[in-house]
Amino acid sequence: MDGPLLKVRNLIVEYAVGGRTVHAVSNVSFEIARGETLGLVGESGCGKSSLGRAILQMTTLKAGFVEFDNVELTRLGSHPLRLMRRRMQLIFQDPIASLNPRRRIGDIVAEPLRIAGIAGRGARERRVRDALRAVGLEPDQVIGRLPHEFSGGQCQRICIARALVVEPELLVCDEAVSALDVSIRAQILNLLEEMKARYRLTLLFIAHDLAVVKAVSDRVAVMYLGRLCEVGPTEALYRAPAHPYTALLLEAIPVPDPEVRPAPSVPVGEPPSPLAPPTGCRFRTRCARADRSCAEVTPELSQIAPGRQVACHHPLIAVH
Amino acid sequence: MTGPALLAVEQLSVDLPTPRGRLRAVDEVDLELAAGHTLGIVGESGCGKTMLSRAILQLAPRRARLSGRVLFDGRDLTRLDAEALRRLRGRSIAVVFQDPMTSLNPVLTIGRQISETMREHLAIDGSAAARRAVELLAEAGIPAPEQRLRQYPHQLSGGMRQRVAIAIALSCEPRLLIADEPTTALDVTIQAQILDLLARERQRRDMAMILITHDLGIVAGRTDEVAVMYAGRIVERAPTARLFKAMRMPYTEALLAAIPKLDAPPHTPLPAISGRPPDPTRPFPGCAFALRCRCCAERCAEQKPALTPADAYRHQYACWHPINPIGA
Repeated sequence: MDGPLLKVRNLIVEYAVGGRTVHAVSNVSFEIARGETLGLVGESGCGKSSLGRAILQMTTLKAGFVEFDNVELTRLGSHPLRLMRRRMQLIFQDPIASLNPRRRIGDIVAEPLRIAGIAGRGARERRVRDALRAVGLEPDQVIGRLPHEFSGGQCQRICIARALVVEPELLVCDEAVSALDVSIRAQILNLLEEMKARYRLTLLFIAHDLAVVKAVSDRVAVMYLGRLCEVGPTEALYRAPAHPYTALLLEAIPVPDPEVRPAPSVPVGEPPSPLAPPTGCRFRTRCARADRSCAEVTPELSQIAPGRQVACHHPLIAVH
Repeated sequence: MTGPALLAVEQLSVDLPTPRGRLRAVDEVDLELAAGHTLGIVGESGCGKTMLSRAILQLAPRRARLSGRVLFDGRDLTRLDAEALRRLRGRSIAVVFQDPMTSLNPVLTIGRQISETMREHLAIDGSAAARRAVELLAEAGIPAPEQRLRQYPHQLSGGMRQRVAIAIALSCEPRLLIADEPTTALDVTIQAQILDLLARERQRRDMAMILITHDLGIVAGRTDEVAVMYAGRIVERAPTARLFKAMRMPYTEALLAAIPKLDAPPHTPLPAISGRPPDPTRPFPGCAFALRCRCCAERCAEQKPALTPADAYRHQYACWHPINPIGA
């Protein structure tokens, strides 16, 4: 029971594209405790989805290791890995695209049970019904129907039921609510919180929306161009961001209150390409605090306060 | 409204034929917009906000049936012929869409696309248009504009493409800019820059703007007035500060409450809106929000509430049981 459920160490993911290399994830390390939700935020192309997939061994790692419940996943053969995968499930951004349009909901939700070789038909059906009920769908009304008969929010409920039916320990949500409307998004966020308590889940919640991440996360990791900038407890990190990139992200969020005038945007330009990330700190080309040391020495993630780590030569809060 | 409106939409409806019957995408919408003002239209997907903007531009799908009037500068656009509309669009009314690739031609250079718009609408020659194109790109915050003229859209990032689309939209000094989810496809740090660019250019040119978005956070800081749409209708309309201070329509309140707040502690349950919007091919006799509404009473399911006349605060709402009574 003790020790983190997931340990990621010095993970590197690179893709070859037309003779060049995309540095998707560069030397990332973090841990998630049992029962914890770690939010992973960053903008498009920062490598957050690659990191999620690398954890589940769905993409080839260039280096590093991933330990799940003290088992090193990178060295497992395909059969033991399959057994481990039952304990780790993934939910994607586009719920409609993640469901096979030609299969009935009952079969879709039962699929992970069949793959894992769990139980006979009767027991499988019982678990499918339980999972559907848990996500707020009436089994008799959905089992025989096809995905196109459901809205985006309902399809996301079906995806969550499919992930939970094998009673996983780790759930990776990759932009799981980003495609949903505000009113539906709130329903699904609440559902994820309920499911987390009910199934005693550990969550890696990947998203670009800082407000959404805050709503569900115990701790937050901020990613930029393949590297982690900052990791810390949610409230402390939002109250006093240590990395200039975290501060920039927080300032850029439109607040639904006309009394809060939007701060003039900082003309920081656009992120560089992950094909040719800057030397040293990767954020330095958009950072007001950058100096020569930022170009020469790569800042490593280091502790600045209890539970708080930042990778910056000039953090915004004093080092303890 | 002070002075004559630049744009007045009167009882505008759009019906689309579908295999499941007639779909009323826009339902008897009335709007006015004064010159130089910004109107935010906010709503969730399928509420008709994009179809409304297309109907204003007379760009609704050919099979759609429009009724009502769209008065721009006193002229009814629904009665103009194709040639008159062509002269108006891009010249007096310009549009920026969510995905800049839908408005940019992938096989033409950036320079060609900007110049083309100006040469079409303004009496200027090629070299003057090219000079103006460089200025416009620079104003839109595009670094090294001379070099960009020779580039193609695919060579630019999403944010840069949207800046190009804005530069093109502004090239003929339009009097009205319709921005339909202009930042939804962009990252949050880029979004702030683009919204600032739009606000700055709007003010500098004294141009009117309709900002269509699903994000109440965006309308809060950047509009003079807000119209909230639900199921094809405008359900509430007020000056922005007034709306956020005393929203009357329960849907507006619920939509605002459902947004995760940055100042709320983690794991605060969100007041979600149950259910989902009604099927637009099955007309509902009452208020379309009734079945999801915390204030729903018998009358709500039977009679459709009309938008009330503007009160002293220029506030209108379509609700039988409005919240936040005046004076409270």
